[in-house]
Amino acid sequence: MMSRNLQSVCRASVVRMRLVLAAVLTLLLVGCGEPTNHSRAAFVLIDISSEYAGERQKAQLLTNYLLAELNSGDSLAVGFIDNSSFSERNIIARATFDHRPSVASQQKRVFQAEVQDFMDRFRVPSYHSDVTGGVLLATDYLREVDAGKKHLFIMSDLHEDLPPGINRNIRVELDDIEVVAVNVKRQRSDNNDPEQYQQRLADWQQKVSSRGGSWQVVNDMARLESAVALR
Amino acid sequence: MLADIFYIWSESPALSLAIWLVISITLLYAGRPHAHQLLRSTGRAIHGTLRVASASIRQLEERVQARNRDVLLAAGREAMEKSIEREFNRVNNIVERDLSQYPALHRKLAETLEKIEEDYHASTDNAPLPPAWSEVMTTIGSLPSTGDPAVASILENIKEVVENSHEETLKAYQKGTNERHKILGGMRPHWRALGGTMNKVQETITGLEERARTIDRQMGEYEAMRKAEDKSVNSLTSSSLTQFFISSLVLVIAAFGGIINFHLIAMPMSEMVGGASYMGSVRTSDIAALVIIMVEISMGLFLLEALGITRLFPVIHSLDDRMRKRMAIAAFTILVIFASIEASLAYMRDLLALDREALQQSLAGAAVAEAQLRWIPSLGQLALGFILPFALAFVGIPLESFIHSARTVLGLIALWMLRVLRVTVRMVGGMANHLSKMLVSLYDLFIMVPLSIERMVRYHRETAAEKPADASEPPTRSSRRAPKKAEEPIADNLPLTTGEA
Repeated sequence: MMSRNLQSVCRASVVRMRLVLAAVLTLLLVGCGEPTNHSRAAFVLIDISSEYAGERQKAQLLTNYLLAELNSGDSLAVGFIDNSSFSERNIIARATFDHRPSVASQQKRVFQAEVQDFMDRFRVPSYHSDVTGGVLLATDYLREVDAGKKHLFIMSDLHEDLPPGINRNIRVELDDIEVVAVNVKRQRSDNNDPEQYQQRLADWQQKVSSRGGSWQVVNDMARLESAVALR
Repeated sequence: MLADIFYIWSESPALSLAIWLVISITLLYAGRPHAHQLLRSTGRAIHGTLRVASASIRQLEERVQARNRDVLLAAGREAMEKSIEREFNRVNNIVERDLSQYPALHRKLAETLEKIEEDYHASTDNAPLPPAWSEVMTTIGSLPSTGDPAVASILENIKEVVENSHEETLKAYQKGTNERHKILGGMRPHWRALGGTMNKVQETITGLEERARTIDRQMGEYEAMRKAEDKSVNSLTSSSLTQFFISSLVLVIAAFGGIINFHLIAMPMSEMVGGASYMGSVRTSDIAALVIIMVEISMGLFLLEALGITRLFPVIHSLDDRMRKRMAIAAFTILVIFASIEASLAYMRDLLALDREALQQSLAGAAVAEAQLRWIPSLGQLALGFILPFALAFVGIPLESFIHSARTVLGLIALWMLRVLRVTVRMVGGMANHLSKMLVSLYDLFIMVPLSIERMVRYHRETAAEKPADASEPPTRSSRRAPKKAEEPIADNLPLTTGEA
């Protein structure tokens, strides 16, 4: 009788042990999953060539919109496209917002002031526009911050006009980057031949898509919020 | 492929169809007894199996019903025991509070009575009544004064003396009467005190009588529960359902309170634990805010448990009173600390919201507006942050009611589901049986032509066989029916089981 009781107790404890082990293993499996990266990063490229420099105000609007949308842990940078854009001097401001909301608010104020300062100081537009160089600069930055979601906003007419001696025949990797061409201004020559404009957009779309990125064109700033899922 | 098989006999569709029909009818006619048997036995098997299943479900239903009844009665008995215990406690309190002071009361009564008696005796010590001076004076006055002047003078003197004595005696009498009135006036508060004391005693006795009546009624209900009478079971079920709905409503309200509390502290929490870190897909700050609310609710539960208001944790109840008191103090202290933290977080939230608003305005290019009367919402949030934890702490009371009544409600739901399942199983079984019968008839309908031929042939044979017999005697009713029985196919007359019947 005693041995039977002992056996039943042992069996019950083994069953319990199995259950506990299963629960622990399940927890371990759930816990060992790769953590999701919730941070976001955005890079705004502003074309300051003579054809596009007049649209600076819109660039400021876009920056303010992004500052309002991004939160703690997110990153934002603003750069400009000129004769040769792949350099550090092309970055106007950059920041990764602190995990404390109050500090992040302060950073945003400083960021806004820096952009404002650049806009105020701007006098002479560039003669050429090195869009690819700017994209390279932006992708480098976005890859560096290693955010979960990466956005590249290009405010340009997308007309690449490289100065002599600059080589941009390189492959730009745009994996997981959402490229948004904002306010793609039509040039005077586009009015005469609209196909040029269409072709330019199609070329850029092809270039971005073939290199792993996604492509969007948002010409109306008011539509930006609905078109770009920042949240 | 199928079309090829269809046209195997002829190119003409009609002819092919006719040939196929003939073949199929012939085959079906040949396999009729077996097909009938198959259909009926399948129908009966399904019917029988489902009947057994239904019987099992019924047994389970009865067990669940009995269990529900037991649970309900046990809960009712427990609640009634608590209620009776509480009534006895009240009686005990009354006895302790009022009747324990009875000796003092009695002494007071005795003293009062003694005083009244003394006063009474004091009031009975009458002052000497005025003697019959008036008669003496009248007699002296009526004496003739025309006699001797010396006698007249003596009489006059006597009169004066008597008058003076009379006045003095009258004054003494009036003084004594006044003194007695004073003594009687002094007795008034003693009478009043006596009346008050007697009223107090009456109130106590009346209160005790009421309590005794309540206890009698509750004991009656308890007795009915012990006897497991249907009336008390129905009453308990109804009460349990009411409790369930009321406690659910209160819990929903508490949940909304919790949500408001969460939103009050979630944003400032990101200032403490960081707004960029996540656990899974949820922000760590949100989890931290939830944890704070949960801890507050837990502390509230412990506090109520230690105070003996709820009985969710038997371990806490089994602790001795001193330990429970300590635990209550500890839980209350932690609750106050958390409420203070929440209040400060709520205030911080207001500041952060203000800062964020200013930033948004600045980003939108608008001038930062100076907010008027900002202290009102700040103060409101501060107060809300402090009060909500205490409000949430009381969630233990509806939670206990909910848990207790949920047992009954879940039992009733299980019973209802089992009943529905049983009826469904019975219906499916019956339908399977009838369907098999319908299929048998449908089968016969399809092969009615050969069946008709068979009947005709059989009829002719029978009539041919009966003709010689007709000559000797007329056919009886039973002899006519006998061949008809043999004529019936095997499957239709398969014996029904007792269950089917």
